[in-house]
Amino acid sequence: MSEQAIEVTDISKTFAKGKVKALDEVSFTVETGTVLGLLGPNGAGKTTIVRILTTILKQDSGTAKIFGLDLSSQSHVIKRLIGLAGQYAAVDENLTGFENLVMISRLTHLKKSVAKTRSLELLEQFDLTSAKDRPLKTYSGGMRRRLDLAASLVNNPNLLFLDEPTTGLDPQSRLMLWDSIQQLVKDGTTVLLTTQYLEEADRLADQIIVIDHGKVIANGTPSDLKAQFGTSIISVELQDNNSAELAKAKIQDSISNKLIVDRNVLRIISNDGPKLALDVLRIIDANSINLAGLNISEPSLDDVFLTLTGKTIEE
Amino acid sequence: MTTIIEQKTQSNIMKSVKWLAADTLTITKRNLISYTRIPQALFFSTLQPVMFVLLFRYVFGSAIPIKGVQYVNYLIPGIFVQTVLFGSVSTGIGLAEDLQKGIIERFKALPMSKMAVLMGRTIADLVRNILVVIIISGVGFAVGFRIQTSVVSFVAALLLLLLFSFAISWGFTIVGLTAPNSETAQVMSFPLIFPLTFASSAFVPVATMPTWLREFATYQPVSVLVDASRKLMVNFPANVSNWSSVESIFWSLGAVVVLLPLAVYKFSKTA
Ligand SMILES: Nc1ncnc2c1ncn2[C@@H]1O[C@H](COP(=O)(O)OP(=O)(O)O)[C@@H](O)[C@H]1O
Ligand SMILES: [Mg+2]
Repeated sequence: MSEQAIEVTDISKTFAKGKVKALDEVSFTVETGTVLGLLGPNGAGKTTIVRILTTILKQDSGTAKIFGLDLSSQSHVIKRLIGLAGQYAAVDENLTGFENLVMISRLTHLKKSVAKTRSLELLEQFDLTSAKDRPLKTYSGGMRRRLDLAASLVNNPNLLFLDEPTTGLDPQSRLMLWDSIQQLVKDGTTVLLTTQYLEEADRLADQIIVIDHGKVIANGTPSDLKAQFGTSIISVELQDNNSAELAKAKIQDSISNKLIVDRNVLRIISNDGPKLALDVLRIIDANSINLAGLNISEPSLDDVFLTLTGKTIEE
Repeated sequence: MTTIIEQKTQSNIMKSVKWLAADTLTITKRNLISYTRIPQALFFSTLQPVMFVLLFRYVFGSAIPIKGVQYVNYLIPGIFVQTVLFGSVSTGIGLAEDLQKGIIERFKALPMSKMAVLMGRTIADLVRNILVVIIISGVGFAVGFRIQTSVVSFVAALLLLLLFSFAISWGFTIVGLTAPNSETAQVMSFPLIFPLTFASSAFVPVATMPTWLREFATYQPVSVLVDASRKLMVNFPANVSNWSSVESIFWSLGAVVVLLPLAVYKFSKTA
């Protein structure tokens, strides 16, 4: 099997007759056995990438290979190697958990007896055995997500696509799902997961691609990315947004570091946190701006995103 | 060399036909299970034609005298047609719902036959229509409808009805694939179905309609089906042949030949 599980070259995709540019010459590779975290805000183009790589959608231009197989000409072989858990738990509400899994197994062309044993196995693995004969309508959000993940695994895929697997889940369900994903990775599955949560990418991914407005704006390991954007972040908390903007204006006069205002917090990216913090405090004090708090921290992925795009991920 | 290639293509075709059949069966089963899990939906969609039977039989019926036939015998074939027509709307609604919920998206990523998604839907609705037709038969007999021909002829009429319902459900497949959601699919269906049902010979003779409407009402496929069913069920009008049955079969087959490829094309374009 090819070293590269995914090899994407200059893929572009537009919607609405060219008016919406969802992907703009996106390129990246994912090595077999690793986890790629595709990180970006709503509308960045994450789902579009997943849909193209899972053969649901055709790109306008560019090429992609899955395990060395060309996506356009060998989609039928590729479909057998991949699994997909889409952004919205795509399961039949009226069917029971067991019926859903058997259906997907049958449509993946497993024999009837194999479909049944595999479904029971997956229900056990995802802690759903006791709910297996209940219609999905009665499942909680977390249970649905788990069933959705189980459904994407019926064919023991070599490459798994997870589109925002934990969006909308409570913290406990999220932890459970993370565990399941980590277990799959340990067993050798290559994973491409999209997320809006920095913590999720940081925790699960070996490689992170930050995408915004259809463009790759950063690509590296979590620590690479952090290192690239300074070693510390000074967060100065002020009374309100106005004083944060004022502080920014004053500090800008004497310090060349990158400054970002996020609501009432001013963030300063630096390689020399404590010393710079002192300078910043002096300026704030000299201009009689009220200080509400100060914090020096290691940069999080949130900060990375702020640095790259000038806005927070929620925007 | 050529024969080997030919053999290979042939076995590939055999294989895809085999998977089309298997996948269609799986999807059909899934849709039917879904229907049984929401019996209210089936109950209310059957209740509607029952209400129509009662309305026309006991409220309007006495005001619509038709020479040479009891109104109830005139009415019930029309009710059958109306019921299968209205029932086929659910094909579009079901598909739109599947699209909305992302299930179709998942199907598209599976190595299954794409066509089976649509076939499984129309065939499930055909099965559902068989059940509905049986219920309407019961209701019809209860309000005084009597077969004036033979049981074989009556069953032939039911088969004609079911064939038509299957054909027309391919039209609603296209509606379902076009609509942004299931509510819209429903709303979009009625402007299509109302003129076909009511500007037809289903409830009143077309002779009573104004000239401009009469032309349409006489030749449109629903009237053809109603006329064929009426002739097969109650031998009315007695002096015409069974030609409309043949005509109706042609309409249905023609509709499948045109609508099925269109639906498949639309499905492949639906992202
Ligand atoms: N089927 C579609 N038709 C029109 N626009 C679309 C379609 N799918 C996605 N888009 C647009 O493409 C952009 C990227 O969408 P998407 O890939 O879903 O982003 P993400 O998954 O990162 O939230 C968005 O602007 C979205 O509105
Ligand atoms: Mg998305």
